[in-house]
Amino acid sequence: MNAPDRAAAAPSAGGPAPQLNPAEQAVVDAVLAERRHLAGALLPILHGIQDRLGYVPPGAQPVIARALQLSRAEVHGVVTFYHHFRSEPAGRHVLQVCRAEACQACGGEALLAQARERLGCSEAQPTNAARSHTVEPTYCLGLCAQSPAAMLDGRLHARLTPARLEALLAATGEIA
Amino acid sequence: MSAALTLYVPRDSAALAVGADAVVDALRAQAAATGTELTVVRNGSRGLLWLEVLLEVATPQGRVAYGPVSAEDVPTLWPVLLADAAGQGGSHPLRQGVTEQIPYLARQERLTFARVGVTDPLSLGDYAAHEGWAGLKAAVAQDSAAILQAVTHSGLRGRGGAAFPAGIKWRTVAQAPGSIKYVVCNADEGDSGTFADRMVMEGDPYLLIEGMAIAALAVGAEQGFIYVRSEYPQAVAVLAEAIERATQAGWIGANVAGSGKRFDLQVRMGAGSYVCGEETAMLESLEGRRGIVRAKPPLPALQGLFGQPTVINNVLTFAAVPTILARGADFYRHYGVGRSHGTLPFQLAGNIRHGGLVEKAFGLTLRELLDGFGGGTRSGRPIKAVQVGGPLGAYLSESQWDVPLDYEAYAAIGAVVGHGGIVVHDDTADLAALARYAMEFCALESCGKCTPCRIGSTRGVEVIDRLVANRANPQVHEQQVTLLRDLCDTMLGGSLCAMGGMTPYPVLSALNHYPADFGLAPAPVASETAAAN
Ligand SMILES: Cc1cc2nc3c(=O)[nH]c(=O)nc-3n(C[C@H](O)[C@H](O)[C@H](O)COP(=O)(O)O)c2cc1C
Ligand code: SF4
Ligand code: FES
Repeated sequence: MNAPDRAAAAPSAGGPAPQLNPAEQAVVDAVLAERRHLAGALLPILHGIQDRLGYVPPGAQPVIARALQLSRAEVHGVVTFYHHFRSEPAGRHVLQVCRAEACQACGGEALLAQARERLGCSEAQPTNAARSHTVEPTYCLGLCAQSPAAMLDGRLHARLTPARLEALLAATGEIA
Repeated sequence: MSAALTLYVPRDSAALAVGADAVVDALRAQAAATGTELTVVRNGSRGLLWLEVLLEVATPQGRVAYGPVSAEDVPTLWPVLLADAAGQGGSHPLRQGVTEQIPYLARQERLTFARVGVTDPLSLGDYAAHEGWAGLKAAVAQDSAAILQAVTHSGLRGRGGAAFPAGIKWRTVAQAPGSIKYVVCNADEGDSGTFADRMVMEGDPYLLIEGMAIAALAVGAEQGFIYVRSEYPQAVAVLAEAIERATQAGWIGANVAGSGKRFDLQVRMGAGSYVCGEETAMLESLEGRRGIVRAKPPLPALQGLFGQPTVINNVLTFAAVPTILARGADFYRHYGVGRSHGTLPFQLAGNIRHGGLVEKAFGLTLRELLDGFGGGTRSGRPIKAVQVGGPLGAYLSESQWDVPLDYEAYAAIGAVVGHGGIVVHDDTADLAALARYAMEFCALESCGKCTPCRIGSTRGVEVIDRLVANRANPQVHEQQVTLLRDLCDTMLGGSLCAMGGMTPYPVLSALNHYPADFGLAPAPVASETAAAN
C-alpha cells in the first residue's frame, strides 16, 4: 500500500486542487488527446504526464477525471496507490537504490545509507534541501546477479561499490 | 590480414548497467583510428552475468568471448581481437575461449533461451534464420483443439509462480462463451532475484510475441497486452519496437501469419507495485484502477480483463510455447521429472560468484546450481542461506540443498520453486533482519484488501523488533516468538492472495533454521547446518 507520506504529499481528493500553469495544462491536454481513447487509459495517461513533467501535478487530477468520466477520488486513489507516480516534483537528479534481497546480500542497504548521508536526504525527506537530488529505495531492477544495483536519472548501474557510487554522484556535478 | 571485424556487444540491461555502451564507443573509436571495417551487433545477453560486458568476436572457430570487458580494456584487446578474427587465436587475461564451449553455457539445456545472446533481438532476419516463427507456422496449420492438445500434453505449467497447467487454462478460455477474449502477458517480474523475463523481452522479444500469438489462435483472442513493470524501461522499448516490426511483417496484426485471423498487441507499463504481479490485481491495473486483488471466482479465464475470458500467463510460459509447437509436445515433455516437465531458466543471484541464467530441466538440485554453476559466494565466505522463489519463498538451509528442484518436491518441504529466482546470502547475513524485511515488504506492498496481510505485516515488523530487542529477557522473548508464530498462522490462513498468504514462508523458515539470529538456542536443524558447513 502507498506509504502514508506519499498520500500526505497530495491534497485530499475533496479539497481544491491547485490550478495547472499553462505549460502543464498544455502537456495534460496533449497527453489526454493522445491516450484517452485507449482501453484502461488511466495508467498510460499518468505515465505520459509524469514522463513529460517529472510528476503528476495534483491540479491534473480533476482534469483527467473529467476526461475519463471518473470521480476525482478514483484518479487520486490511483495516483497514490502506485509508488512510481509522484505528486510533487523530484530533485534535479533522482537516485533509486535497490534494497531488495539480492542487493541486500551484497551491501545494498549500506549504499542507500551512504547516498542519503552524502546528499542530505532521508527516508522521510527523500529530496534534499537544495532540491538537487532525490534518493529513494526501489525493489529490484532485474540486475540481481550483479548486485548491488541502482538507477540514476533513468540509467542503470550494477556491481556498485561505495567508491563507484561516489564517482557517479560526483558526475552529476552537483555535490561538494 | 583483412581488417574486417564483427563483434557482439549485448544491449541487455545487464550489460548496459556495467558500461556496454562505453565499450562500443571505445571500439568504434579504435576502428576509426585504425581504418578497420567494424560491424558491431548488439545482441542479447548470454546470461553469464559475472562476465558482462561479454564481448564476442566472430572467428573461423566460432564466436570467442572476452569478459568482463570495460572501455579501458579496449586498447589492449584490439590487436587480440584482430588476430582472433583472422583465425590466429590470441591470448589476453579476459579471453574466455569459444563462447559455446564455456562450461557454464555448454552444460545448460537451453530451449527457451536458445537464441538469447546469439541473435540481434530486433532482427526479423536473425529470428527467422534461427527457427523463429516455426511454432506459429505449425499452429496456423492446425485447429484450436490441436494446439490446446499440444500445450496440454507438453505438461507445461505456469512459470510465474503457481505452476498451474497452461493447457487447462487455455482450454477454459477457448471454451468460455463470449466473442471477445484477451491474452495478457504477466511481465511484472517483481521477485528479487529474477531477471529471466527481462532477458527474454530484451534479448528475444519475437519469441514472446510468437508465444502470445499462438495462445491467441488457440483461444480465439484478437487483442493482447503485455504488462511490463516500470523498472524495465529497456524491455518496454525493445518490445514496442518488436511489436511494430512483427506487425509490419504480418506475423501479428490483421492477418496473423496468413491465417486470416487478427491479433493486435500492446505494451502497458506498470507503476512500481509488486502486488500488480498478482494476476487479478494486474487486470485491475490494466483497466485503470488501483491494483486491488479480486476475489476468485470468477476465474480470469472466464471473466478477466474488462469482464471477458482472459488467458494470463507469465513471460516464460508463453516463451516455452513456440518450442512445443515447433518440436512437438513429446520433445518438451521429455525434459524434467515427475509432474514438472520441461526446463526452467534458473536465475542465480545475490552473493554468488558466477551469477547468471541457467536453463536446465527440472530435477537438478540447488547444490548443483550453487556449486556446479555458481561457484560459491562472491565474497568467498560460506553460504548461509538461500532464498528460492522470490520474496515470498522460503530460506533454505544447507540440509535442504539436495532436494530436486521440482514443484512437488519443493512443496513437500514447505518451499516453492516459483519463478526460479535463487538469492544467495553468505554467513554475514542476519536472518532475523531478512525476516523483518519480508514483513516490511509485505506491509509496503499489501493491496490492503485483507486485514491479516494489511495489519499483520506491520505487527510482524514490530514483533520481530521486540523479539530481537529482548534477547536478554527470556520471558518477553518467548512471548514474542509465540506471537510471531500465531501471526504467521493467521496470515497463512486468512489472506486472499499469496502476498499475505506466503510472507510467512520466509519468516518462519528463517526462524526455524536460523534461531540463533533471533537470539534463540540453536534448534537441531541449525546445528546440522553448522556441522555441514
Ligand atoms: C503478490 C503476487 C505477485 C506476483 N507476481 C508475479 C509476477 O511478477 N510475475 C508473474 O508472472 N506472476 C506473478 N504472480 C503470479 C500470478 O498471480 C499468476 O499466477 C501468473 O500470472 C499466472 O501465469 P502462469 O500460469 O503462466 O504462471 C504473483 C502472484 C502474487 C500473489
Ligand atoms: S493478501 Fe494482501 S495483497 Fe493479497 S489480497 Fe489480501 S491484502 Fe491484498
Ligand atoms: S534485488 Fe536489486 S536488482 Fe534485483
